[in-house]
Amino acid sequence: MTPYSPQPSAPLLAIRGLSKAFLGVQALDGVDFTLRHGEIHALLGENGAGKSTLIKTLTGVYRRDAGTVALEGREIAPRGVEEAQRLHIGTVYQEVNLLPNLSVAENLFLGRQPMRFGFVDRGAMRRRARAVLSGFGLSVDVTAPLGRFSVATQQIVAIARAVDMSAKALILDEPTASLDAQEVAVLFGVLRALKGRGIGIVFVTHFLDQVYAVCDRITVLRNGRLVGERRTEDLPRLDLVAMMLGRELEAAAHRIAADPAADTQAGTDARPPLVRFRGFGKARSVEPFDLDIRPGEVVGLAGLLGSGRTETVRLVFGMDRADRGEAAVDGRTLRLRGPREAIRLGFGFCPEDRKKEGIVGELSVRENIVLALQARQGWLRPIPRRRQEEIADRFIRLLDIRTPDAERPIQLLSGGNQQKALLARWLATEPRLLILDEPTRGIDVGAHAEIIRLIERLCADGMALLVVSSELEEIVAYSRRVVVLRDRRHVAELRGGEVTVDRIVSAIASEPVPAGPEGAPA
Amino acid sequence: MSRNWLTSAATAAATAMAALLIGLGSVQAADGKLVVGFSQIGSESGWRAAETKTAKAEAQKRGIDLKISDAQQKQENQIKAVRSFVAQGVDAIFIAPVVATGWDAVLKEAKEAKIPVVLLDRQIDTKDQSLYMTAVTSDTVHEGRVAGEWLAKQTGGTCAVVELQGTVGSSPAINRKKGFDEVVAKTPGMKIIRTQSGDFTRAKGKEVMESFIKAEDGGKRICAVYAHNDDMAVGAIQAIREAGLKPGKDILVVSIDGVPDIFKAMAEGEANATVELTPNMAGPAYDVLVAFKKDGKAPPKWIKTESALFTPDTAKAEYERRKDAY
Amino acid sequence: MTLPLPGPAPGLLRALPQYGALAAVLLANWLLFPDFFSIRLQDGRLFGSLIDVLNRGAPVALLAIGMTMVIATRGIDLSVGAVMAIAGAVAATMTQAGWGLPAVLAASLGAGLLCGLWNGLLVALLRIQPIIATLILMVAGRGVAQLITEGQIVTFVSPGLAAIGSGSFLTVPMPVVITAALLAVTALLVRATALGLMIEAVGVNRLSSAGAGVNTPVVLVAVYVWCGLCAAVAGLIVTADIRGADVNNAGLWLELDAILAVVIGGTSLLGGRFGLLLSVVGAAIIQAMNTGILLSGFKPEFNLIVKAAVLLAVLLLQSPALTLLLPRPKGARPPLGPPLGPPLGPAKRESGSVKP
Repeated sequence: MTPYSPQPSAPLLAIRGLSKAFLGVQALDGVDFTLRHGEIHALLGENGAGKSTLIKTLTGVYRRDAGTVALEGREIAPRGVEEAQRLHIGTVYQEVNLLPNLSVAENLFLGRQPMRFGFVDRGAMRRRARAVLSGFGLSVDVTAPLGRFSVATQQIVAIARAVDMSAKALILDEPTASLDAQEVAVLFGVLRALKGRGIGIVFVTHFLDQVYAVCDRITVLRNGRLVGERRTEDLPRLDLVAMMLGRELEAAAHRIAADPAADTQAGTDARPPLVRFRGFGKARSVEPFDLDIRPGEVVGLAGLLGSGRTETVRLVFGMDRADRGEAAVDGRTLRLRGPREAIRLGFGFCPEDRKKEGIVGELSVRENIVLALQARQGWLRPIPRRRQEEIADRFIRLLDIRTPDAERPIQLLSGGNQQKALLARWLATEPRLLILDEPTRGIDVGAHAEIIRLIERLCADGMALLVVSSELEEIVAYSRRVVVLRDRRHVAELRGGEVTVDRIVSAIASEPVPAGPEGAPA
Repeated sequence: MSRNWLTSAATAAATAMAALLIGLGSVQAADGKLVVGFSQIGSESGWRAAETKTAKAEAQKRGIDLKISDAQQKQENQIKAVRSFVAQGVDAIFIAPVVATGWDAVLKEAKEAKIPVVLLDRQIDTKDQSLYMTAVTSDTVHEGRVAGEWLAKQTGGTCAVVELQGTVGSSPAINRKKGFDEVVAKTPGMKIIRTQSGDFTRAKGKEVMESFIKAEDGGKRICAVYAHNDDMAVGAIQAIREAGLKPGKDILVVSIDGVPDIFKAMAEGEANATVELTPNMAGPAYDVLVAFKKDGKAPPKWIKTESALFTPDTAKAEYERRKDAY
Repeated sequence: MTLPLPGPAPGLLRALPQYGALAAVLLANWLLFPDFFSIRLQDGRLFGSLIDVLNRGAPVALLAIGMTMVIATRGIDLSVGAVMAIAGAVAATMTQAGWGLPAVLAASLGAGLLCGLWNGLLVALLRIQPIIATLILMVAGRGVAQLITEGQIVTFVSPGLAAIGSGSFLTVPMPVVITAALLAVTALLVRATALGLMIEAVGVNRLSSAGAGVNTPVVLVAVYVWCGLCAAVAGLIVTADIRGADVNNAGLWLELDAILAVVIGGTSLLGGRFGLLLSVVGAAIIQAMNTGILLSGFKPEFNLIVKAAVLLAVLLLQSPALTLLLPRPKGARPPLGPPLGPPLGPAKRESGSVKP
């Protein structure tokens, strides 16, 4: 098939010393990566590890600063996804990069339609499309528009297109992010079949269970550097998580109690919970979970990126609508229909994406601070200007927000001060439950410490807090209780003395219990 | 052109004879009535509605069977209508073309079917003049001339005129200005002191007239207003009145079109003259068609409708006559 | 009249380009036509070119008041011209049919509110892009108006209705009085309540506002409904003025003038901060220019070119590149001092921060 004979010893894909910097930030720093024929190779890492930079540099979307890429021993330098595809490297993104309003067959053969007499031979195209897809166990109407099928089917069509275009190496960037369990199983069947045909697959995912289910080998990146490459069976979950998070852990702290009933401290807090969730969840977002939060309590949510932390807090605040389970506040069952209702109940929420969902950039610090309070009061009861200024000035002093005055547009403040102004917005409403999603993300060290001190002070004042953070030390420092998530599931709840970094890491790395972990229905 | 026309007229005549002899024509009314298909633009204005009504009335008068198709301002609908008339084998097709270009193909089809085509109210752009038999339209230059001549006579040849033009660049605006300017040029005491576009609308006519009045010493220097259509004149009358002047007396009002509202204004003494753009376009068309069918006489390429001038003395009667037609 | 203005007392300085442009256009008119500023009483009504500017500018000013708030929510309403035609058609047809003035006004304004509600629901609930959502009514609305009047200019005799267009109140032409009143009511409605803050918040960042508990659908529907009402009032004035509903021409292309007035007034099409009074000043600039052209005696062929040239000059005055050369108000100073850290650049929607 190929005009040259591969060196039998050469790996399918060999990346050596790949480097890439953006505006002085080293996104990839001398990374090695090897993909062999007939293997599924997981590429793992937390936020900012360099996974997508590696893929984009490898396929030439970004120009590499240094390093080599060799396919079966021959050096290549593609200048984009299409050229990489011609060089036998196929890439399939999470959001399928096909055209939903064209038919399945057209998508499969786009740009390389079978021609006859200068026209597209539609008959031949349909026949070949059916043949190709049947090789993937897929029998669908190839003349129907692609967009009419499930994401899983679209993924498989994208993979089939890549493979049919003679891909030897296949890069799948989070292909399972929006699939349900059954669809994942179908996809894995396809991947195993491809592996049997000698194709090498790079599999980027956040789901550890899937890594252990299907991958032969694991490469971990962190902060743009290679942490290591292991065979899956040689790498216990705990070690994997430690590699991803960058921690050395004593081997002792391995398994944690999966059964909450075993936790003796569970009954010690007799106060009625402020909020209570039972079987609360949303399809394709978070598996049903149970969660109680008592007044004055700080509950941390820990887990890897994509484990369902953010999804959980968005459900709690009503930003996303839960489709199962029930919620109760002060013992009264109710439906959380949206943020307005949550705010009425005394909730506040600082989202992870401060710029997109938090601040109102052009408006002043004062207006940003009073916004939620004003919205709760309704437009007919305006807060007098004088009172607004008092509130704003009080919080600017209290939280030490660095701004020349309250009238400055908030977008001109630094990230940390924006975050503090958002905290002020919610504190002004005197909330009973404040939800913070990554409150210290992207904030310089000084402001970071201040925000942590602030969180500690707030919980001392009797406010309940639900905090998501990737910084495990942080969570441990202020949380009285930590809920650990993995693969969109609440897998453990640690309290009191159990709240240590090691225990959290162990919980993240714990094996899935066949009977279903805490909180999940059987 | 004439040569071209002769041939086609000859063929048309021959075919008409042949058709009579063989007695074909699927829709040929059994009683020998003429059947005419009329592709009308739509009913976007009162004048257009009057044109349609008059076409029906004139057809009835002559015992002609008229089939009207409303194109709703779309050329494609007109082309469809013409094709359907050809398929039905009507005796003649009238078209009030919505645009000037793009008619060649469908008119060729009509020509091949030997069906004479008459354009009503508007001309078309085509290189092949044989594609239609004749066009019945008003002479818009002449309209302007009639208005100008009336004003020159009325004022004894001395008058400072302000002009409310139609939409800039539109052909009636250009031509109505041209005809009026001809009269101004040969009348030494008459001049146009201000001219602006009032977009053929009442509101703009009023606004522009307001500014003219202010610019000419509260209207004292204005002898008459000449408006390219009656609607602008109606707006101008209000502006004159609101400036504390008497329209029709302090400032004369002359305009073109002859819509009912201007007759009403004339009856109330607030307007002085209007040149009618007759809605009876079909009448002359029927006449030449009947003549052509009878003896094969080819009509001239352009039949100009009469540009009659109306003044207040007949206004009340004319208003009563028209108010239901529009 | 002093109106509550948005933000930190922007004062005259921030509005300098608008007031400067208005002054310049008026001055040019005076140079072209020395009697421009002369005003006299005519039948108990102020009469003069300056009055014409205010009187003829009223419909666009009214549209601009409603449009300002729609644009502040990062929306746009293309249907206002068509809504004018509908409101006028309703008023003229009902008057001709013998209804009394209160019923006529109620029905006509009600039609405007209904049109606004339709637009608002499309934008807020069905989440159709405003330019598309209102395009529907822009196209269909004129058709609706034609259905009401059966395609004709419906004239009426009703001194009461006509007075809305050509009457006067304390010698001031009625359209000017109505516009001033509606401006005052609108300013009161948005600035004496928290509605203005919410409109601006929704316009700057709909997601953040919703997350802070702002009832974004209600805010959106409200601004489109108010815009529909303003358009209906404008339609009534135009219809009353010529004592007839000319649905083919009433309000035709005025939506563009209204948008232009808002933009001249300094409200960004990207939403956020808005200034009602400045939008009305924008409308006055446009009309002063139109009146000036009519008075000047230029050939009508030059109208559009002159207009475009003046507008270009006004907008250039406001361009960020040129405002750098002008003195700045307090709130917009560039960041000073070390404790603030770097500002977040001007590109609002850029979010690709590289994590360390």
